[in-house]
Amino acid sequence: MAHSTVGVIFSNIHDENIPELSRHRTMASVPFGGRYRLIDFALSNMVNSGITTVGIVTKNNYQSLIDHLGSGKEWDLARKDGGIILLPPYSDETDRPYTTRLEALMSITGFLNHRNEDFVVISDCDGIAHLDIGDIVRYHEEKGAEITMVYHEETEPSESSYFITLEPSASGRIKSLNINPTNLKSGTKYNLYVNVMVMRREFLIRTIQQAVQRGFSSFGRDILTKNVDTLKIYGYGFKGYYAGVNSIQDYYRHSMELLQKPVRDELFGNRDIYTKVRDSAPTKYTDGAAVRDSLISDGCVVEGTVENCILFRGVKIGKGSHIKNSIIMQDSVIGENVRLDCVITDKDVVIGDRRNLAGCAELPYFIAKGRKL
Amino acid sequence: MEKMLRKKECVAMLLAGGQGSRLYALTNNIAKPAVAFGAKYRIIDFPLSNCINSGIDTVGVLTQYEPLELNEYIGNGQPWDLDRAFGGVHILSPYQAKKKQSWFEGTANAIYQNMSFMKKYNPDYILILSGDHIYKMNYAEMLRAHKATGADCTIAAIEVPMKEASRFGILNTNPDGSIYEFEEKPKQPKSNLASMGIYIFTAEKLFKYLEADDQNPASSKDFGKDVLPAMLNAGEKMFSYRFKGYWKDVGTIASLWESNMDLLGKDPAFDVGDPDWKIHSRNPLAPPEYVGLNAEIDDSVIALGCEIGGAVKHSVLSSNVVIEEGATVRDSVLMAGTVVKKGAVVEHAIVDENVVIEEGARVGEPKENSAGIAVLGRNITVAAGASVAAGKIIDKDYKGE
Repeated sequence: MAHSTVGVIFSNIHDENIPELSRHRTMASVPFGGRYRLIDFALSNMVNSGITTVGIVTKNNYQSLIDHLGSGKEWDLARKDGGIILLPPYSDETDRPYTTRLEALMSITGFLNHRNEDFVVISDCDGIAHLDIGDIVRYHEEKGAEITMVYHEETEPSESSYFITLEPSASGRIKSLNINPTNLKSGTKYNLYVNVMVMRREFLIRTIQQAVQRGFSSFGRDILTKNVDTLKIYGYGFKGYYAGVNSIQDYYRHSMELLQKPVRDELFGNRDIYTKVRDSAPTKYTDGAAVRDSLISDGCVVEGTVENCILFRGVKIGKGSHIKNSIIMQDSVIGENVRLDCVITDKDVVIGDRRNLAGCAELPYFIAKGRKL
Repeated sequence: MEKMLRKKECVAMLLAGGQGSRLYALTNNIAKPAVAFGAKYRIIDFPLSNCINSGIDTVGVLTQYEPLELNEYIGNGQPWDLDRAFGGVHILSPYQAKKKQSWFEGTANAIYQNMSFMKKYNPDYILILSGDHIYKMNYAEMLRAHKATGADCTIAAIEVPMKEASRFGILNTNPDGSIYEFEEKPKQPKSNLASMGIYIFTAEKLFKYLEADDQNPASSKDFGKDVLPAMLNAGEKMFSYRFKGYWKDVGTIASLWESNMDLLGKDPAFDVGDPDWKIHSRNPLAPPEYVGLNAEIDDSVIALGCEIGGAVKHSVLSSNVVIEEGATVRDSVLMAGTVVKKGAVVEHAIVDENVVIEEGARVGEPKENSAGIAVLGRNITVAAGASVAAGKIIDKDYKGE
């Protein structure tokens, strides 16, 4: 069934949630988990479900994304028909580039019209989960739904600046749908829409056309909330591990969750997460290295002590340094006798000898890309 | 205007048919060039990476013995950037022809049988390589030397210890580097300049001598034994090209183990992490390695996807190896997917892919008093509590003596 599904990924939506990490890149290309970008999870879910065509909607700062995706071959998406199709913003004298999700969808109707798949799955890049798209499409068909929205039960209020909660009936039909509800309390269960939805392609095209005619601008407000009684909107409750990355705190917390075996097993255990390869050498640990409870990518050279950390590709940890509870991104170099605790370094950061930096789990110390300390 | 002649200045031919019989259990089902090396590589990654890094983008890989895994590994050549519209990497297997059918009889015959492949590219030069060595070499520099001397054949050569010289093809040279004598494995070597099995031929000369060699019933169809001496006897210009650097024939268990160990340390004998000379390979699809709460890692190289719970010292681990808590691995090479369970000890050993070493088992002995490297072939299980003695080579499930 999934082979009759085309994917659409929004690469920029939610950028504003993590300005630290998305200043120079799309949400999609935010590094995660030692050797991945956030988009790898959404893309791998689609590829592992048999989808062979994915349109990627971009807006700003998408150079790093293009660099990451290349021809799409790492995801087996360099195809004669379909594969990865980048959908950059379109504008001319009368049209300005899109500002909302609905306008973005309006701008890709050409792409949607030219496809021949029955279904469309639309996904953002702010979530990390092992979703079986085929199963969601089957559910959509069984229910005779017009829109199926995937949700996950949460107990902490979302930190996203824009989020939707769902209230499904016993049959799964959504009774009410709230945008940015303010009454959520810590410890109270609610169903968070995880920004993945399935529709028939024809239905989506028709819906967009009507929205254009009526001058609508918001998919959430004008299409979903206003029509919750008339449209057949169903909720697909996802029971597995879901990590929504909506703030730098979320980013830190969910990164550290990868050190738990059940989380790693669910995300990586019985399927592949595809990503760009860069032919790094295998990681080297020298005589004085001491490593505990850490996730370490390839191309690193570890000479010091690393504890409860995530090291991305090509990271160097100098002699006598003690790095704990930290996330060190690609090609960052930590000198000798450095102490780091609860630090996130972006890519290509250099930390000189004998520096001592610390944040805390609630407020990790963030060092921007390319900074030299 | 006439259409420009499509050509490649230099075509590389990589002899990858070797059985590698001295690697015993490690080459039961795969060709030697496909043997895993250095945590994420296979031996053939080195000549292939050298080719692309030297600007040579047309490579014929001659396979014969157990080619399945090697063919699959090379695929369309994309990991080495050798998927090209014109050129790229091509697997050349023995084939049935109208007049005769034959396996490749010797190294020279293997190249001879693929004359039409080489001629398709109208090359000026042919580079002959083998898939048995670990080294980084810029073939473009060797080609420049070949052109500068005006040689018909240039042979890459390296100085080896005199006492080992009789294991190699030895070049006896004049001060200008020209070769006056070529001795294949001489009992009393006159020099310690060994042929590395890397040759550049001016294409026309190679084709001529391969034709002649094919017609010679007395020939064993081998470069070292037949073609090179024939060229020398006929007075062709032959030069040595001195290579100084790391070069290791990994054709034996001991040399394969040593070469893996040469990757260890801050300033290793052999560096695969040089950003200016990347070793390309087909990368495993695996998450970063996880190092557990009670793990101890010292002086080791570890690939993606490993789960390290126990102690790993002075060892090389390929992707997806699992070392459970309480297990110890020392002075060893573990290939992809191998699992060492609680309390098991692996010392001074080479363990092939997907081996399970059950709880409390012991493989090999401490290097200091070991009688030799223990070797486990792929896909086998060593039973709980069983003990594999030093120097043993096992290729079936093992429950003890």
